Amino acid sequence: MTFEPMTLGKFQEQAEPARRCVTRATFEPMPVGRSQEQAEPARQCVPGRSPGTRARRSAAARIVISLLPLLLFGRIAFAADWPQFRGPGSRGVSSETGLPTEFSEKTVAWKVPLPGPGPASPIVVDGTVIVTAAGGPRQERLHVLGIDAANGRTRWQRTLWATGPTVCNGFGGVAASTPASSGRLVFALFSSNDIACFDIDGNLQWYRALGYESPRTRNDVGMAASPLIAGDTIVVQLENPGVSFATGLDTSTGETRWRVDLESGGCWTTPALWQGKSAAEDLVVLQSRVGLTAHEPQSGKQVWRLEQPCSSISSTTACGEYLFAPINGLTALRYSLQSKGFEPIWQEQRLGPANICPVVHEGRVYVTKSAGIVVCGDAATGKVLWQLRLKGPFWGTPAIGDGHLYAANHDGLVQIVRLGKDSGELVSTGQIDSGVLASPAISGGAVYFRTNTHLWKIGHKASE
Amino acid sequence: MRTSISTVILIAGLASTAAQAADSDVATRLADLRAVGPEAAGHREAAAAWQGIAAESPAALPAILAGMDGAGPLAANWIATAAQAVVERRLQKGGSFPSAELERFVLERNHSSRARRLAYEFVLRVDPKAEQRLVPQMLDDPSLELRRDAVDRIIGEAAAAAESGKSEPAVALYRQALQAARDLDQVQLLAQRLRKLGQSVDLARQLGYLVRWKLIGPFDNTERKGFDAVYPPEREIRADAAYPGKQVEVRWVEFAAEDDFGKIDFFKPFGQHREVAGYAVTEFIADRRREVEFRMSSFNATKLWLNGKLVDQYPVYHSGSQPDQYVNRVLLEPGRNVILVKVCQNEQTQDWAQRWDFQLRVCDEIGGAVLSADRDVK
Repeated sequence: MTFEPMTLGKFQEQAEPARRCVTRATFEPMPVGRSQEQAEPARQCVPGRSPGTRARRSAAARIVISLLPLLLFGRIAFAADWPQFRGPGSRGVSSETGLPTEFSEKTVAWKVPLPGPGPASPIVVDGTVIVTAAGGPRQERLHVLGIDAANGRTRWQRTLWATGPTVCNGFGGVAASTPASSGRLVFALFSSNDIACFDIDGNLQWYRALGYESPRTRNDVGMAASPLIAGDTIVVQLENPGVSFATGLDTSTGETRWRVDLESGGCWTTPALWQGKSAAEDLVVLQSRVGLTAHEPQSGKQVWRLEQPCSSISSTTACGEYLFAPINGLTALRYSLQSKGFEPIWQEQRLGPANICPVVHEGRVYVTKSAGIVVCGDAATGKVLWQLRLKGPFWGTPAIGDGHLYAANHDGLVQIVRLGKDSGELVSTGQIDSGVLASPAISGGAVYFRTNTHLWKIGHKASE
Repeated sequence: MRTSISTVILIAGLASTAAQAADSDVATRLADLRAVGPEAAGHREAAAAWQGIAAESPAALPAILAGMDGAGPLAANWIATAAQAVVERRLQKGGSFPSAELERFVLERNHSSRARRLAYEFVLRVDPKAEQRLVPQMLDDPSLELRRDAVDRIIGEAAAAAESGKSEPAVALYRQALQAARDLDQVQLLAQRLRKLGQSVDLARQLGYLVRWKLIGPFDNTERKGFDAVYPPEREIRADAAYPGKQVEVRWVEFAAEDDFGKIDFFKPFGQHREVAGYAVTEFIADRRREVEFRMSSFNATKLWLNGKLVDQYPVYHSGSQPDQYVNRVLLEPGRNVILVKVCQNEQTQDWAQRWDFQLRVCDEIGGAVLSADRDVK
């Protein structure tokens, strides 16, 4: 199969507009084009986001737009939220600057114990770090915590009892899915298929026991797909050896909008949101073991399908009009107005992400192999540009911010890599607790790491 | 003077009315929370009720927690999180806290186990020393979580005795803890400690695993079709029967598990196979008609029957397994009950997929062993 190479430069991202500036006394949302409570920086993933028009936008305009936040605010830390698995747009990239590039005693702002283990990554919303954990001998106590990002104090904690199975691989855990937030609401999903919606102050809005409702929906290795917010629908993909389905729930009530049956089989991938010209054109991309499908968020109606074996662990990344899917290594697909679907552009085995998700940033795609090799490729062509060996093993997808890649291996070795044009350079390392399965989160000038026992904030201390 | 008395009576009356109204509000809101059901049923009303409950004064906590009595698991979570919000707000803002009332609630075993556990956790947040008062009373508690803490306490005392060379008291304490323990990790730890002190422990018996079975197989499970195929043991149980198997004629053979967790391993009598099905049958003598839990686990696809009636089926291969993986509540008849298990092994070739076994234990609702009347006779 040969694919038409993309025009170079199409993946040039605009720096995401910061939602809030931490230096302001009151937080005012920055205009992002669409009035919606969810930050949607991925819409600016490629300037001129409309397929077909994007390429025509001039390079100069792109540069100006990308520099706008910097021109307006100078080099200060913006408190952009990290609202879901892999952050804004699920791309693993933050627009923030002024991030710590050194790990030392000085840069550990705080470290707090968690009430249980879990591979779930933290998210950060409006100065609150949301993290989940599962405690008790059978991990049947499901904790959702709202932690003050400034000082590490618990603002609120809610604990439910699991209503579905909590049988899981001892390596993982019941708190495996990363929560998602629309800004006002927080959605916490667990391996028992319990999903609870709280407001940002911890007030319960609704609660669905999807495992209780569908007892044969279970994976005794554990479930791990994270929820995805698509407008006012929260999408949950429950693909497992039993009764498999994806469902779209009304974010405000938890009522079922749609349900799509899926083929049975173990799969732990998180859906991706491909953002169209307007919200009405957005698509939810489900990645199963047997292929990719695209669905309308409101109805669940399937509008496109690609039958190709996909990774059952690493998830697709949507960026601009493209998808980067873990198929045959890594496959880039581009949305076609003509076919109303995605067409393969390139495929590269060496960019195969194994258990970790691809991260796309400024025309580059970064994959981190489980054993520890970071591979940087040209997002337009799939050409491998450089590699850097880190110390693995890795389970969590690294995060990128301010020109650096932040990664922590399973043993708790934090590794900070400066990303260059032709190479990457390991600039700092530091040790946190072992048992890191989660991805880091970046917000408010800090990087958060979650281990099986603690939540760490690496950044400037409150007094500084 | 008369005016003052009238005023006092009036104020008392108003206060009483206000308290009754507040009680009524709590009751109404709890009713809304208890009405939630699957598929988001009752969510809109429950969300408003949750806010009302969460804004209640801590004095309402015993009544709120009592709302969990008899509630389904969904409603219990709604109520529990609202109660947590009440406590959290009290801790942030200060004010009175009904410690004594909650402590009483913890000790009243007629309340929901989860509600009592929450009450216990709330009490400890304002009075950590309450643990010393309450935990010693919980060794036989119907709440698994409260009992666990009591067992932990005895384990600590036993370990201290063992460390100071007092092995006899240590053994007695470990035995006491083992008798009370229901969580598998605690039971395992206790068995390990007792064995280290030279004591014998029949762990399979302690946990209620069924260890003596008759097995037959292998039948054909090519392309996983054997799972739905009805082989003769599903129609009749005859100890002396012989049937055509996958390759040769098959007969029932006796098998006794020898490990701590009653592992019934078909590879042992029949050799290593792929794409096969086998059956295990045993009898359980119940002293009376009673509800029990069948707690089964297997890496293989399984079906389970009791007295000829299909209890459940799990057409899943090598997804993962832990003790108590599948829990079914069943009704045992007085006297002889026949338990039949079908275990299917598939075509997978990976090392970790080479298993053809299961475990099954019979318990009460918190995991206490329920033994067949003839267990020690066999």
